[in-house]
Amino acid sequence: MKARPTNMLARIYLGLVLAFLYLPILVMAAMSFNSSQFYMLPIDWTFDWYVKLAHNTRLLESTRNSILVAMVTTVIASVLGTAASIAFFRYEFRFKKVLQAALFPPIAIPWLITGTAMLLFFFWSGIGRGLHAMILGHVALALPYVIIVVSARIKGFDPDLEAAARSLGASPWQVIRHVTLPYLAPGFIAGALFAFAVSFDQFVISYFLSVPGVSTLPVEIYTAIKKGFTPEINAISTLVIAFSITLLVIVSRFYRFGGDR
Amino acid sequence: MASVTVSHVNKSFGEFRALDDVSIEFADGGFYALLGPSGSGKTTLLRQIAGFSFPDSGEILIGGEAVESLPVEKRNIGMMFQNYALFPNMSVFDNVAFGLMVRSTPRHEIKARVGEALELVRLSGYDERKPHQLSGGQRQRVALARAIVFRPRVLLLDEPLSALDKALRLGMQVELKRIQREVGITTIFVTHDQEEALTLSDKVGVLKDGKLLQEGPPRELYERPATAFAATFLGDANLFEGHVEEGELALSDGTRLRATAPLAGVGKATCAVRPEKMAIAEKGEPLRADHNHLEAELQEIIFAGNSLSYLLRRGDIHLRVFAQNRATAELQPGQRVRLTWRVADTIPVEA
Ligand SMILES: Nc1ncnc2c1ncn2[C@@H]1O[C@H](COP(=O)(O)OP(=O)(O)O)[C@@H](O)[C@H]1O
Ligand SMILES: [Mg+2]
Repeated sequence: MKARPTNMLARIYLGLVLAFLYLPILVMAAMSFNSSQFYMLPIDWTFDWYVKLAHNTRLLESTRNSILVAMVTTVIASVLGTAASIAFFRYEFRFKKVLQAALFPPIAIPWLITGTAMLLFFFWSGIGRGLHAMILGHVALALPYVIIVVSARIKGFDPDLEAAARSLGASPWQVIRHVTLPYLAPGFIAGALFAFAVSFDQFVISYFLSVPGVSTLPVEIYTAIKKGFTPEINAISTLVIAFSITLLVIVSRFYRFGGDR
Repeated sequence: MASVTVSHVNKSFGEFRALDDVSIEFADGGFYALLGPSGSGKTTLLRQIAGFSFPDSGEILIGGEAVESLPVEKRNIGMMFQNYALFPNMSVFDNVAFGLMVRSTPRHEIKARVGEALELVRLSGYDERKPHQLSGGQRQRVALARAIVFRPRVLLLDEPLSALDKALRLGMQVELKRIQREVGITTIFVTHDQEEALTLSDKVGVLKDGKLLQEGPPRELYERPATAFAATFLGDANLFEGHVEEGELALSDGTRLRATAPLAGVGKATCAVRPEKMAIAEKGEPLRADHNHLEAELQEIIFAGNSLSYLLRRGDIHLRVFAQNRATAELQPGQRVRLTWRVADTIPVEA
């Protein structure tokens, strides 16, 4: 069957969008394997930049910081967020609607503004800057995402399932273990991955809250680029992208499972 | 298996009296229906028996043992929910096995008993399916197998068939009755469908506004409703209102109707007559002594294939008569006819 012209146009459009999105990333990934520092073609394949990266303590340390901050953020944000989602689902209380509505603006407010506000507040309140401040900031950023994702899952929960389990003789603990938790798990995992991604990819707030010598990977990359670009950055970026994409694929899988019945 | 006794149970939600001094006895091994309109307290009563909720006062005995303070998981009851409430992430096998699993039944026994239960509901071979891969009727049967596999003392069902379409519903009614008889479990069944209650159960309890209005075998309830509400809720009924005169019911136009027994007392009274018990007298048919007679104007004839409904009017009384389609006389709307029915079918009821 011959494609109709509109169809053809749509395909070209799609191709352009994809190219626009992925070409720069592919180029960067390819260049991380090119021995020429000035991006000379044809590519002369090498792992040198990755070996160099392995000795770049600043980049590695900041990566470790990033992972540490992201993991602590994930644990705190998923536990608090899941607890909040359960409370929203199960209990009626004053200002519930207001609280639920208050979850959305932080997602829409530009990070630059949130970051400035946090910097001011942390300075004023004596919390100061550093990894602990970043964790606080990231948790605040990640919470709405976790609550939205977990709530979307909980909303589909049929309370009769718990009632049914009890009628079948399950103790309260058995109900939680065999019915409630397995149902919530995909939402919980998706929420946790979201929290991790929000923290790991965060630049603006981390930049504001970092202190010299202690920063996260995005901040370190930015600092390094300002000083002069080296393909080591391509290498670490490629690793991060590979990691982020894997994470997102997992999230989307769980998120879809969260939606089915 | 066990009997269930509910005595003087009260339950209020705030100011609202959901159950008002309800007492009812369900004997061992019987099939009972709790019938009532929506909001009459059927689910509330079932939840007290199940143990999801506790009465404010009164007693509930299962197999002679007082259970009012036992939580649901300790009462050993099987319950089927209106929307089936199958565990979506578990296979059919695991769903049915759940009640055995939480009781730490040995593996091989779980296997054998789940197999038996699935056979009983005719779903052998569906073990590995997930609930979303089943039809409505199949889910229903999984829910039933899950509720009886651990041999509970009582089976409770809350409008179990209302989510099915009519054809499937009739099939499931037969199936439910068969399984109940085979297992012999005391079954209490909530429904707002009077036909379902009448066909399935050994005994029906009629609830209204949290009160148990009447209970008894379906036939008795149908033939001898105690209240105007029971008469109209269980099937159709023509209601005659008037006052007592010499033990008879005098209508506002002075017509006298005799009831099953002479009416006691004085003042207002109501009688109910089932539409199928009434007939339109043929021309020249003699007046029979054991019958009531009433002239009325035929307003409409509704044809429904094998049966006919006649809508009639006498003054401000509207009447309905059901008849087999054996049209002997040619009747026309607008015609005046004489209705006749047995005195024994004229039931005095509370208004
Ligand atoms: N948990 C509750 N809180 C407040 N009111 C309730 C609650 N459960 C039931 N009711 C009220 O009690 C009445 C009887 O309800 P229910 O037993 O569900 O009726 P049915 O099952 O006969 O339709 C209804 O008016 C309902 O609104
Ligand atoms: Mg109900």
